[in-house]
Amino acid sequence: MRLHWMILCLAAGSLLAVRPIPARAASTTLIRNATVLTVTKGTITHGSVLVRDGKIAEVGENITAPADAKVIDATGDYVIPGIIDCHSHIAAESINEGSTSVSSMVGIEDVINPEDVEIYRALAGGVTTANVLHGSANAIGGKCTVMKMRWGKSAKEMIFEGAMPGIKFALGENPKRQGSGPNPFGNTASLRYPATRMGVEDVIRDAFTQARNYEAAWREYREKVARGERAVPPARDLKLEPLVEVLEGKRFVHAHCYRQDEILMLLRVADEFGFKIRTLQHVLEGYKVAKEIAEHGAGASTFSDWWAYKVEAYDAIPYNAAIMVRKGVLVSLNSDSAELDRHLNTEAAKAMKYGGLDETEALALVTINPARQLAIDKRVGSIEPGKDADLTIYDKHPLSNYAKVLTVMVDGDVYFDRDRDIAERPAREARRKELLEKEAQEQKKKPRPDKEQDSKPQDQRRPQ
Amino acid sequence: MNARILVISFLTLATLPGEGPSAFAIRDARVVRVSGPTLEHSTVILRDGLIEAVGENLSVPAGAWVIEGKALTVYPGLTDALSTWGIPEAAPATPGAQGRGGAPPAPGPPATPASPPAAVARGPEDRPSNTSWLRAADLLSLSDKRIEAARSAGFTTAVTFPTHGIFAGQGAVIDLAGDRPGQMVVVSPAGEYVSLTTGRFTSFPGSLMGVIAYIRQIYLDADHYRLTRDMYQNPAGLRRPAYDRALEGVLESPRVLLPATREVEIDRMLRFAQELKHPAVLYGVHEAWRAVDQIKRFNIPVLVSLKWPERAQDANPDDKETLRVLELRAHAPKTPAALSKSGVHFAFYSDNTRPQDIRKAVKRALDAGLPADEAIRAFTLSAAEIYDVADRLGSIDKGKIANLVVTDGPIFEEHTKVKYIFVDGAKYEPIPEEPPAGSGTEKTE
Repeated sequence: MRLHWMILCLAAGSLLAVRPIPARAASTTLIRNATVLTVTKGTITHGSVLVRDGKIAEVGENITAPADAKVIDATGDYVIPGIIDCHSHIAAESINEGSTSVSSMVGIEDVINPEDVEIYRALAGGVTTANVLHGSANAIGGKCTVMKMRWGKSAKEMIFEGAMPGIKFALGENPKRQGSGPNPFGNTASLRYPATRMGVEDVIRDAFTQARNYEAAWREYREKVARGERAVPPARDLKLEPLVEVLEGKRFVHAHCYRQDEILMLLRVADEFGFKIRTLQHVLEGYKVAKEIAEHGAGASTFSDWWAYKVEAYDAIPYNAAIMVRKGVLVSLNSDSAELDRHLNTEAAKAMKYGGLDETEALALVTINPARQLAIDKRVGSIEPGKDADLTIYDKHPLSNYAKVLTVMVDGDVYFDRDRDIAERPAREARRKELLEKEAQEQKKKPRPDKEQDSKPQDQRRPQ
Repeated sequence: MNARILVISFLTLATLPGEGPSAFAIRDARVVRVSGPTLEHSTVILRDGLIEAVGENLSVPAGAWVIEGKALTVYPGLTDALSTWGIPEAAPATPGAQGRGGAPPAPGPPATPASPPAAVARGPEDRPSNTSWLRAADLLSLSDKRIEAARSAGFTTAVTFPTHGIFAGQGAVIDLAGDRPGQMVVVSPAGEYVSLTTGRFTSFPGSLMGVIAYIRQIYLDADHYRLTRDMYQNPAGLRRPAYDRALEGVLESPRVLLPATREVEIDRMLRFAQELKHPAVLYGVHEAWRAVDQIKRFNIPVLVSLKWPERAQDANPDDKETLRVLELRAHAPKTPAALSKSGVHFAFYSDNTRPQDIRKAVKRALDAGLPADEAIRAFTLSAAEIYDVADRLGSIDKGKIANLVVTDGPIFEEHTKVKYIFVDGAKYEPIPEEPPAGSGTEKTE
């Protein structure tokens, strides 16, 4: 047993086997004698990380454990900052509002599902933060939410407090699908504009023109009121308000895209309307226009080597991430998948093989870089004093295929522990069996009077 | 066989409201007032549809029909706090039709009259799935066979709603008897029934987050509508605001009913209700035993569905259900006890459970620790309080509507029989229970 306090937890855990409720950490924890990959401040081979009140208090070679500290002996293990997935669709009860080409009135925050087991699985893959995005069904999609994987907490507590809000855009094949109503043959009523890439651009321009007008209407109203005139306020429009926030730089745009032509189109439209694209998502042809992306200041969040799953993904190359890094683009690797997010560490490693990034550059693709893209890098993304104690401990080097996640901390609390998980499985299974058997017995006990009654036609039961 | 039909005919005739007197006195009975301590050997006097007096040693007024109440217990009539009784089109196709087992995303709305297929909607401005102006009070019909069945099970009152669509329409508190539908109505409108049903992917709202955004926008629009309407009282120099029936309905409604079954849904809807700044009631709440503190904190009343979750009969036996789902099914009946213990305001609703099966459903809550008097309160005074009609319904007090149920024992006990039901002071007797199948012997007292 790696953690001596764990025995206590196990005793409690078998009673509370409802779901893995994180053991509330002692306010101070020392992770001792590990290889600490800080990402921003180099690697310490025999290092320790002191965690106090949810924050990283100290990182170094010789830290003595305070008397009240819980000690995690990580001899031979590796500690990295918790992985950040810049493109995820877990932990939400709906993803796409596909009925309309501009669905900015909807948002993931309204449908967070903290009970989604994919949160726990993401933790088990070392992920501590995810940017949960609306789907790509429409040119302007819904609002996005950055979450911490605080498994067992409520929806509200999942939200990465203070993170900049985002919104999803999508270009190319997905948003120009016109939809397929119940009767696609001749039922044009259910077809949705746009049907082409030109149309996608038009939808975005039109929406931002509306947003400008909306903002102008409010300005005009406020001016009238200031002059003491009688004026009716404009009706609030939940579709346009997030777009006004984009224009004002108060909301990040995360744009799903593939081809270089549509990438350039979007950057031009954004320049014209005076806003920034914060990240280009997927961006599989980003290597072709990396210079332009860097000039705009957009980040790029791509796949390691996932391509050719549709026509617009044919021109992808596994060197994409590395080439964009070398051209000065802020690059991250994301999962877009509840499976891929469990091994983003090895996705990062592929950028060493394809493109020759070094270890730190590779790890940065899933830690500090996505943190910078989401503007949460003051809080997470590297192991530095003062940052949140979001840490993942592996048994081997995290860029190795053989590395297993042992322990994951968020805000200094252990939310995943491999040994504990394994130890709790029999108790959980026993509880399931018990409930199933109880239910089966009750089913047997039930007489079935309903059947007899219902089989009789109603009329025979009534006097004529 | 002839004898049997005769007996049944006789009993059935007795269920018709008598040409009876305008006054009744139930004498020497146990009176569970709910609003105050239970009275033994007491009298309840009803006159002209109201409770005229309740107490010990009351003299029976001349002309009153006297019911010897020895060995009988008098309760306020029970209330189905979210119903479709009285709207015949809303009756389920097959009696006792059960919803899907497991953890449904939200309580299934009872079947309702189908509306014509909606046009494709592209946003909240198209007002999809919205009949907020529709009033249950205007849809009532005495031809609904469930009215009599409900009465026979001890129900005198229902809060009945149109239930089709996202903004389905406005409920009414109704009494379960009358000569004409209008006489049934106690209060209308009683609240707006909201469901979170999504349309097709191609029509707005096509997702849960779309529905939520839609509801949010409707309430913002309603605020703006009221503002512009009020400003237009002085029309000079102002553009005329357009009439919008979808917003009229929302503004008329004194409260909104929001669905929430699982803990995550309860948490979500509590916060949403707070955001809407409109009085709200949650319905469903089967997993509320996990969330009582949260409900208490938000101080929002809840309606507990009596259709306890069950494994779907056609469920794939190879499907491995999660512990969470199994626990929801096992523990849902613990919810009323947990609510009661923490002082959350709650009532029960039938959720398409057949009236004659409601007692069985209540028994599961009692077995899980709900005290019987708390169950009675939930079915009577609490329901009245939630709908703000406790000044006229829900307890046996002088001046309230004479809705009573008289039994030969504790009302939720298995062998207790309902003897009489009074609705608006008129006396009814229950329809006879079904004879056990195959048995030829009848009790012919």
